[in-house]
Amino acid sequence: MKNVWAICKKEINTYFTSPIAYVVITVFLVLSGFFFYNAIWWFNTQSMQMAQNPYYYQQLNINQMVFSPLLHNTSIILLLMIPLLTMRLFSEEKKRQTDELLYTSPISVNQIILGKYLASLFVLLIMLLLLGVLTAFTFVFGNPELAPLLDGYFGLFLMGGTFMAAGIFFSSLTENQIVSAILTFGALLLFYILNWASDSASGIWRDVLNYLSIFQHFDGLSQGILDTTDVVYYLSFIFFSLFLTHSVIQSRRWR
Amino acid sequence: MIEVEHLTKKYGDLVAIKDLSFKVEEGKIWGLLGPNAAGKTTTMRILTGYLPATDGKASVAGFDVFEQINEVKKITGYLPEALPLYPEMTVLAFLNFVSEIKQIPASKRKEAVEKSIETSGLETVRKRLIKNISRGFKQRVGIAQALIHDPQVLILDEPTVGLDPAQIIEIRQLIKSLKGKRTILISTHILAEVTQTCEGVAIINEGLLMASGSLEALTASFREKEGVVVKLKKGGESSCSMLREIRGVDRVSRENDELKIEWSKGKDLRDDITRLIVEKGLGLVEMRPLAMNIEDLYLKVISGGVKQ
Repeated sequence: MKNVWAICKKEINTYFTSPIAYVVITVFLVLSGFFFYNAIWWFNTQSMQMAQNPYYYQQLNINQMVFSPLLHNTSIILLLMIPLLTMRLFSEEKKRQTDELLYTSPISVNQIILGKYLASLFVLLIMLLLLGVLTAFTFVFGNPELAPLLDGYFGLFLMGGTFMAAGIFFSSLTENQIVSAILTFGALLLFYILNWASDSASGIWRDVLNYLSIFQHFDGLSQGILDTTDVVYYLSFIFFSLFLTHSVIQSRRWR
Repeated sequence: MIEVEHLTKKYGDLVAIKDLSFKVEEGKIWGLLGPNAAGKTTTMRILTGYLPATDGKASVAGFDVFEQINEVKKITGYLPEALPLYPEMTVLAFLNFVSEIKQIPASKRKEAVEKSIETSGLETVRKRLIKNISRGFKQRVGIAQALIHDPQVLILDEPTVGLDPAQIIEIRQLIKSLKGKRTILISTHILAEVTQTCEGVAIINEGLLMASGSLEALTASFREKEGVVVKLKKGGESSCSMLREIRGVDRVSRENDELKIEWSKGKDLRDDITRLIVEKGLGLVEMRPLAMNIEDLYLKVISGGVKQ
């Protein structure tokens, strides 16, 4: 664990001593702030219109009308930005040949992967916490439900973690950071919209495609429904990606 | 301390090293000499656990590099040919990071970092970013990271490559000062490096071991004749024929304005030669023993394919 922490600390330092983390976090907040502002504005206009009709007024729900779309939009921003956060993790080590230091030190490949992964999760956590500060203001001026929102953030964190794990895997494949980012983005987008193909598939394939789709598993979580199937899906996606990363690194050295 | 037995490494069809065996005794500085692409880096990468071998055995301080690689990593310091430095870190932050991944206990870390900074002469740049320091200092940081956990064995892959002459001398002195309790293996294709820093050498070419042993033993075994090289004011053909008259001289040859005088092993004709030069007034300018130097040895071994 000490070794994992050493690697993790080094990666966090690299993120925050270079402009990478600041730029990514800022752009993320600007974009999600923009979505948030629009959703709130729309919710406000709706509320004013509905105020004349007590029945419809009862139906207004800030969780459903603001947070759920906001979390969905945010997940797309993450899809675009996370490949840029993970692309350097292994590619850069290989290109600079600093991997020779890591692999000749008495630490295991698993510890290196885990350290790097936890560092990337830390950046994600900061992004989501800052977004959380934004959304916290709705509690001052309105009365949203906390539990579904937290559940949505938990889902977003799981999904971001999945993106990060996939990014680490693609980063281990190549020493070119751009290639790594493009592969990550392509693969994640494909997994994100995999359920679109389920309409044309039939029988078991339909279920398989639906199950594999990242989007499908986020729908429930974003609305505040905590389903273990979704959590298990994300966790196994993460585990499998990190396992593949380990295999790639080991096989490189044995070839 | 370092033992390599019948080591073979293939990259696909390419054979990088083939049936390589050599041994480095404890406390010695040994050179791994060979032209580029001879397999030096591959050998070192296997010894440090970066690459696995295809076949054969290797051990460091009695630990097998395949079975007990973690033990080997703990007692080995390694300076790869391409310096493994993070340019965005300061020297101090980098060494702190290395001290952590080399498993130095937290209580001794600070001391270890300070000691490696002192040994490698990095005091003046400790707080600077690695990307902003000169090539010579970068090399020193590389050596500092290899030394940080006070390893018994040091493996240095081309430690003086890319340095200016003054820096080369400094680094060589640094390496020599590390001798003693440490066993050091240096790879190089610079011959002077071997004569100046190493006690023994393993010469490899195209993945094959051509010769290995202590420097004296090797040069002695390859030398066939003894002799001197003299430089004379009157170094013409007549002087040559006079020198040939001396009893025991086998051959006198002229190279530029120097005369090479050879005789068979075991004799010493230097007195006779000097006497003749002085008596005939040939004007002695310079005289030096015709020692077989490492360059001759190297060229002979590499080109002739002499195998021991």
